[in-house]
Amino acid sequence: MEQNILKLDPKLKLVYVWQQPVRIFHWVNALAVLMLCITGYLIGAPLAIQHGTEASFNYWFGIIRAIHFIAGYVFFFNFIFRLYWGFVGNEYSKWDNYVPYKKKQWKGIWEVLKVDIFQLKLGPYETIGHNSLASTTYFMTFIAFIFQSLTGFGLYAAMSPSWFPKLFSWFVPLVGGDMAARHLHHLLMWVFILFAMIHIYLVFYHDYIERNGVTSSMIGGWKFIEVNEDEDKMNED
Amino acid sequence: MNNKRPTIYEEFKAKGYSRREFVTFCSLMGAWLGLEVSGVSQVAKALEAKSRPPIIWLHFQECTCCSESFIRSSHPLVADIILDKISLDYTETLMAAAGHQAEKSLHDTMTNYKGEYILMVEGSIPTKEDGVYCCIGGKTAYDIMQEVAEGAKAIIAWGSCATNGCVQAAAPNPTGAAPVGKVIHGKPIINVPGCPPIAEVMAGVVVHLLAFDRIPALDSQNRPKSFYSRRVHDTCYRRPNYDAGLFVETFDDENAKKGYCLYKMGCKGPNTYNACGVIRWNNGVSFPIQSGHPCIGCSENNFWDNGPFYEHLKSFPGFGIESTADKVGLGLGIATGAALGAHAVATNIRKRKLIIKGRKEIEAESSND
Repeated sequence: MEQNILKLDPKLKLVYVWQQPVRIFHWVNALAVLMLCITGYLIGAPLAIQHGTEASFNYWFGIIRAIHFIAGYVFFFNFIFRLYWGFVGNEYSKWDNYVPYKKKQWKGIWEVLKVDIFQLKLGPYETIGHNSLASTTYFMTFIAFIFQSLTGFGLYAAMSPSWFPKLFSWFVPLVGGDMAARHLHHLLMWVFILFAMIHIYLVFYHDYIERNGVTSSMIGGWKFIEVNEDEDKMNED
Repeated sequence: MNNKRPTIYEEFKAKGYSRREFVTFCSLMGAWLGLEVSGVSQVAKALEAKSRPPIIWLHFQECTCCSESFIRSSHPLVADIILDKISLDYTETLMAAAGHQAEKSLHDTMTNYKGEYILMVEGSIPTKEDGVYCCIGGKTAYDIMQEVAEGAKAIIAWGSCATNGCVQAAAPNPTGAAPVGKVIHGKPIINVPGCPPIAEVMAGVVVHLLAFDRIPALDSQNRPKSFYSRRVHDTCYRRPNYDAGLFVETFDDENAKKGYCLYKMGCKGPNTYNACGVIRWNNGVSFPIQSGHPCIGCSENNFWDNGPFYEHLKSFPGFGIESTADKVGLGLGIATGAALGAHAVATNIRKRKLIIKGRKEIEAESSND
């Protein structure tokens, strides 16, 4: 029994990393992306459902599409909100975490690759907010978000009476028409699915190996971080 | 306009059409063009007062299906006045003249009606090897196009060849086939895509030009909005089946017999802007989807390169013909899953060391205290 109880590392401190708006964004986004992927996949490859009734008695595919479009709106405005928060939020949610324009960030990416992915070095490589590799990956997903919104609303514009999707219709001819836009939209869905797989795995991995409570940090906002006396070390990350 | 020419209405009468037929025609055109009721009388008045503008109809790399479609217009008046009399001007397929006579008639129209004639083009223009792949009367299509476009009032690009290159421009495009819009600049161009375009659409565009003396409202790709602003999907009579999730699974199943939606058979209706679902073909008899075949999206840019006709997803470049985004995505998903599994195993082996190391450190520290 005694053996199984590990004393809390005295160097670990609780740090409030994710502010509430960031957490809300995360979960709204997660839900929207989940809905979008499920309904999007079904729109691409509808189930073979047999009915004895006339078309006027059924509307399941229409509902699938309606969910997709509603989730699309939620996803888009939630994303816009997060971009805004990238300018007014705390140091861990600021935009400059994500855009890898500093040499230090590229060095950080290499460190994380060595420690976490290729397991060449025994870790842990700890950072308070996102590590450099994660932030760069999020930056790339944000670019995917933009393309997914442009193609999605661009395609939706043709069937919507609303003015809003029409703001995106200029994009479709740029990629070569509806068919090409549809293809790009479909490919990006797979990028989201692959991202989600790796993202969830790595969150569990970090929680498991570093015991920093990263999984629950997206619920409560707190992370257990080893805070050194050396303040500079902390600020560097 | 030259007053020596008879008016369009006079030409109709000379052909033996009655006043009633003429008014019917004007009403039909008004409806197709989406005019208000008063617009119909405008069309009628214009056709009564105006003579037919001189027309030069050029054929380049094409199959003449646009001309074939045009002469099968459900209401033959426009085809009659334009194609029957067109030998007065120039069109390779239907004119009476040949050889030097034909070239002379082309030249005469160009000089006598400079800035007045309407240029209609069927086919794409090859640009590779200085355009040798299509030569008429010793001149390349490219040179003819430049020369004739110079004095044209407006240009109508008939069909997919002239608007986006169609099959000749499909990868790898050996002749460098280019649509009219890519070789002519600074002239009003009306794109009327389709392989071929619907006869009534062609007639509607011509009547609009005749009646209103200006170009119909065009979208961003220079297509007349009245015919190309809606998707085939949104005007399809099978659409309720789509919303109900009732799909044809194979061409010979029960669902096909019941006339369910052809979406899963690769129907390109959801990505195609055309008037097939509204005007239909052959005097409104049918259109591909009504006849049980998915739309192939023939009026969309590069439709030959937009993936297989009977599948909805393009094949994925570099992964073989049968690979779609879904197959590649699923493969990557499985590979990712396997990689994550391997990583988890490695992590667990490593974690034993970490736990032991961590415990020793903490114990050492607490015993120090």
